[in-house]
Amino acid sequence: MAIEAIDRTAKNIVLTVQEYSLFAYRAVMNLFHPPRYWTDFLMQCNIIGVGSTPIVLLSGFFTGGVLALQSQATLAQFGASAVTGRFVSLTMIRELGPVLTGIMVAGRNASSMASELGSMVVTEQIDAMRALGVDPMRKLVTPRLFACISMLFFLTTLADAFGIMGGGFVTVVMNHQNGTQYLSQAWEHLHYADIIQGLVKPLVSGFIIASVGCFYGMRTTGGTEGVGRSTIDAVVFSSVIIIAADFLLTQVLLTLFPPI
Amino acid sequence: MMETPQSDSPRPAPPEPEPSGPLRAGPLPSAPMPSAPVPSGPVHAQVSAPPADSAPVVAFRNVSIAFDGPPVLQDISFSIMPGETRILLGPAGVGKSVLLKLINGLLRPDQGSIELFGEEITTLSEEQLFPLRTRTGMVFQEGALFDSLSVRDNVAYQLIQERVPEDEIDRRVHEALTFVELDQTFNLFPDSLSGGMRRRVAIARALIRQPELILYDSPTGGLDPITSTTIIELIIKERDVYHSPSILVTHRLQDAFALSTHVFSTEHNCMLPLPNGESDPRTTYLMLEEGRLIFDGSLHELLHTDNKFVREFLL
Repeated sequence: MAIEAIDRTAKNIVLTVQEYSLFAYRAVMNLFHPPRYWTDFLMQCNIIGVGSTPIVLLSGFFTGGVLALQSQATLAQFGASAVTGRFVSLTMIRELGPVLTGIMVAGRNASSMASELGSMVVTEQIDAMRALGVDPMRKLVTPRLFACISMLFFLTTLADAFGIMGGGFVTVVMNHQNGTQYLSQAWEHLHYADIIQGLVKPLVSGFIIASVGCFYGMRTTGGTEGVGRSTIDAVVFSSVIIIAADFLLTQVLLTLFPPI
Repeated sequence: MMETPQSDSPRPAPPEPEPSGPLRAGPLPSAPMPSAPVPSGPVHAQVSAPPADSAPVVAFRNVSIAFDGPPVLQDISFSIMPGETRILLGPAGVGKSVLLKLINGLLRPDQGSIELFGEEITTLSEEQLFPLRTRTGMVFQEGALFDSLSVRDNVAYQLIQERVPEDEIDRRVHEALTFVELDQTFNLFPDSLSGGMRRRVAIARALIRQPELILYDSPTGGLDPITSTTIIELIIKERDVYHSPSILVTHRLQDAFALSTHVFSTEHNCMLPLPNGESDPRTTYLMLEEGRLIFDGSLHELLHTDNKFVREFLL
């Protein structure tokens, strides 16, 4: 019995991975053949990009602030509180900016994609769209995918900037250190390799958020309860995959662009 | 016509007698949708059987499908001829909606062949199916209106995708909504409509491109009798004004029989019962039992069949 259960679970996992891969492949390839729904792309950019800006700015600002608080306490033990700016900017740009933005947007948009598409599936709106001769993959999934990838790029840069500002605010106002020193430390020790690392990650995170959110939405079954299940799965899996992909990507990027 | 296994159980009671007076759900617009032949005159079954050599619009041959369990449909064979209205009867959960979704390729069969407009669709890709689907109109069980779009945008959905000019879209949407007597809902959103109104908007959406085949999935399911009559009147009007072939899924016998025993009169602008117990020869019946097609025939054959299940269903 136990072996049967393991066998069934393993097969389900392999099948889900296969379905997800085909789903993501179709969603990407749709961009290269008409029809393309640019209006839907722009609408999704507005929903994902503009809609997520407040939470990304706030989370970035306070993350930068808490980094400055924590690092200052530790760095002061070595007489190195002057390098707080360097620590905050590198951590925000290389790691926390992309990952936190990815997780915040996953919580907000992977859930909304899964619940919106899932509701459309259970109320037969997806079937109605297909019956009307419109491909839901092209109309609903591809615009969300590319809107999420592009918007996450810009949201991450905003989160990085506000994180450094948050760190600066704490450094100057709470830790009573020199602001110019903080900014020069943050700026001078930043290299292109750090920027590239910080801006490649959101592209991958954006792809993960939209593809996982839409995938779970489009395979919803079981009525309104199924919509809830899809929403949970979308948020959980997209968040976990973002962190796992970040780990792998960091390893690859550190190999390609070794720290100077 | 196909008959089913014989049974010697007693003959079922005939259906409830149809009302003798005109059934109408409200004033119908006099302006028809463009480019459609509009018959006029008194109440008669203005019908002519399709030519014997004409190709079927839909042809099922030995179609079977299953979903992670026992077969939902087994060895189904039937056809829909031009101008024909087929009514698919059967208890809930017998596979009626699945059969309807097989017709326009929303589901794919495990076995058998399905021809739509003369093309074998079981081997076509999803991309190749889209042009064929635009030639059909489908009314879903609960309407399946896009709740983020207004009634206008719902009805005009296909026209918007085809980039038809806005003026023409508005004109055609007004015509389609007038056909279903809901022109006043033009700017409303689906969540402000009643269940019956949503079905009528769904009918308008299905009819706006004047489809060559219409699929109705339980269009009166869950509606009160008066609203059901309004919907059935619209379906009869569509049948008698535009002569589009169609298939209608239902488990409500009164709706099924009304389609055979009534005709739309453009003179009276409502549906009227056919005189002398006549029935529309273009309206025929299919019945499913446990995934198998057990009856395929006319109203007369349905009422006089020896099949035990059919007779119990009619009771």
